Amino acid sequence: MYQYTEFDKQFVKNRAAQYRDQLERNLAGKLADDEFRPLRLQNGWYIQRYAPMLRIAVPYGEISSTQLRVLAKIASDYDQPDAQLLHEAQEKQLALGEVPVPGGTPVATSLKWGYGHFTTRTNVQFNWIPLAKSADVMDLLASVNMHGIQTSGNCIRNITSDELAGIAPDEIADPRPFCEIMRQWSTLHPEFAFLPRKFKIAVNGAREDRAAIGWYDVGLQLLRNEAGELGFKVQVGGGMGRTPIIGTVVREFLPWDQLLNYLEAVIRVYNRYGRRDNIWKARIKIIVKAEGQRYIDQVEAEYKQIVEIDGAPHTITQAEFDRVAASFVPPLLKHERKGADARLHEIVRTDAEADPAFDRWLQRNVAGHKNPELRAVTLSFKRLGQAPGDANAEQLRIAADLADRYSAGEARVTHEQNLLLPWVHQDDLPELWAAARKAGLAKPNIGLLTDMIACPGGDFCSLANARSIPIAEAITQRYQDMDELYDIGEIDLNISGCINSCGHHHAGHIGILGVDKDGKEWYQVTLGGSNGSHLSGTATPGKVVGPSFSAAEVPEVIEAVLDTYRRERQTVGGKPETFIATLKRVGIDPFKAAANAARFVEKEVA
Amino acid sequence: MQQTIKIIDAEAHAAEVKGAQVLQLPNDADPLEAALEGIERIELNFPKFTDGRAYSQVALLRRRRGFKGDIRATGDVLVDQLVHMQRQGFSSAVLRADKDAADVARQFERFPEFYQGDTLQPEPRFARSAA
Repeated sequence: MYQYTEFDKQFVKNRAAQYRDQLERNLAGKLADDEFRPLRLQNGWYIQRYAPMLRIAVPYGEISSTQLRVLAKIASDYDQPDAQLLHEAQEKQLALGEVPVPGGTPVATSLKWGYGHFTTRTNVQFNWIPLAKSADVMDLLASVNMHGIQTSGNCIRNITSDELAGIAPDEIADPRPFCEIMRQWSTLHPEFAFLPRKFKIAVNGAREDRAAIGWYDVGLQLLRNEAGELGFKVQVGGGMGRTPIIGTVVREFLPWDQLLNYLEAVIRVYNRYGRRDNIWKARIKIIVKAEGQRYIDQVEAEYKQIVEIDGAPHTITQAEFDRVAASFVPPLLKHERKGADARLHEIVRTDAEADPAFDRWLQRNVAGHKNPELRAVTLSFKRLGQAPGDANAEQLRIAADLADRYSAGEARVTHEQNLLLPWVHQDDLPELWAAARKAGLAKPNIGLLTDMIACPGGDFCSLANARSIPIAEAITQRYQDMDELYDIGEIDLNISGCINSCGHHHAGHIGILGVDKDGKEWYQVTLGGSNGSHLSGTATPGKVVGPSFSAAEVPEVIEAVLDTYRRERQTVGGKPETFIATLKRVGIDPFKAAANAARFVEKEVA
Repeated sequence: MQQTIKIIDAEAHAAEVKGAQVLQLPNDADPLEAALEGIERIELNFPKFTDGRAYSQVALLRRRRGFKGDIRATGDVLVDQLVHMQRQGFSSAVLRADKDAADVARQFERFPEFYQGDTLQPEPRFARSAA
């Protein structure tokens, strides 16, 4: 991963000091709350339902074992509500009621503390750190080159990429050096700190889009032109929210060294002309949609001026590319077992191979690698008893140890809210499996129904209309049978507690969205959404099934939809069709009919 | 970085009689179209400190129009935005009356250098350190 220079380290420390200065002025009454708000947001500090939330950046998902251990320390030492606050919050959440599980135990909110939460945009969030301690936490993070810079606010946010960046067998070029170069360029950019709205960039370097680039304000696809030169296809104006839109291609080929100059043009035009009168129409997607070719022409004209008049000052030099890329060379892995080690390995391997769970884990949690001797292994943070993507201090420490022992000290936070170990030797798989299983991180469910995406929702987030976690838990509880889960096969189930779409419900094959009606929790269900992966097909938003469902109805609706799939699917080439393939073939209607039939009572159309 | 932006007292600014050599440009105006002949000072307004349009305007006035006179930030000008303002090309700023000018200097002292280029220092750090 990227190796911080002295300048980079000092920069993050200075940022922490700046935040402390701002916090102190706020506490002293010199910086009003509404003036402090955008400043703390740009350091990742929200004020949520019951307590502040901290969002820590994990740039393009890469995290070291040392950083994981600091997250563990934050979980155990700082993510701790006082008893009174916790009691009040728990009582209020209980009042929201239970989500029944068909044939199971009803799910009530049980608020957890002392853990970090992996997000779809590869950030890590904490929910209970008191604001008064926030500056101490920023200092602690800075000690391991971490921060919350621009993880919120109307600025260029944390840049995301493919979890297999730099290791994927189908990679065209490693996106990480470009991610890092853009991270540095966008950090404390003086012109783009107060944009009309948030601005998110994703980069994909492989043939398969695993970075959902169509859904981003700017989506970048690395590719080579006919002459073999490296560049980017540039998409602008994708986004979720109230108006889900897939980005428009504004450039089929942008030479790699022009990336920053071109982005400057894209964002400057947006800063000047993006709407600021209505928060729901302020994302770049709205101006791209409204202006169409005129927006693209303006960007091209601005880019031309940046090149011709300004002299293209942000042209990425070969020297800078090489400097940054040097951080991303694969680690040297020594791999020899001798004597007692070798004998022990044989015992562990034999044990593992005799266990059908190991085979399932190899199928689901282990992915191919550029280096044929290595594998990418996903530790599953999707299991009953913890919300999707939650990791407590102990689990974070264990993940750090596993990264040290089996993955050159590196891990990655994934878009699907798990941790991936990128440098695992194939001979270590039995040992890693045994150790991960002991820690409860070897659930072989990656890509399956229970590997769902869910935002924190109405248990924590003040924006949420409804809770996500109890819905996720109810579905997880219902689908505990691994045989059934494997029979249902690969599927993207995504849950958002509100239209801000942190749970990417628009892109789920099944999407669940919390909506607010008469102050009660309701859920809209969408079908057929896609993030752009090979499995899901061209990126597209799902279609709404009909009027929203009550919390109690949601597990029934999911079951009805999945039963429809199992009834309708065909066998293709000896394999059952996937859920999304069946849905595309037969159309949404039978699924819709089944979902609507699962309503408890006929309701008025909302 | 060294502070060069001049902090103007809000009362003094309000009391000043503005002649024809001062151009007040609203933040939705196109700086590439503005008539700048005889203009000594351009005032760009921040209706709210979170409205960042003037950061692009000032850059265009300096880089594309080559305007060498004073460019002043007015309106909702707070302590924590002054570094951005200076970097983008503002040469003076009217600090909102209730803000403490004593908090300004250390904001400039904190970051000796930044990653990306700006109006004052057009080249990014990677291009400068290679030279």
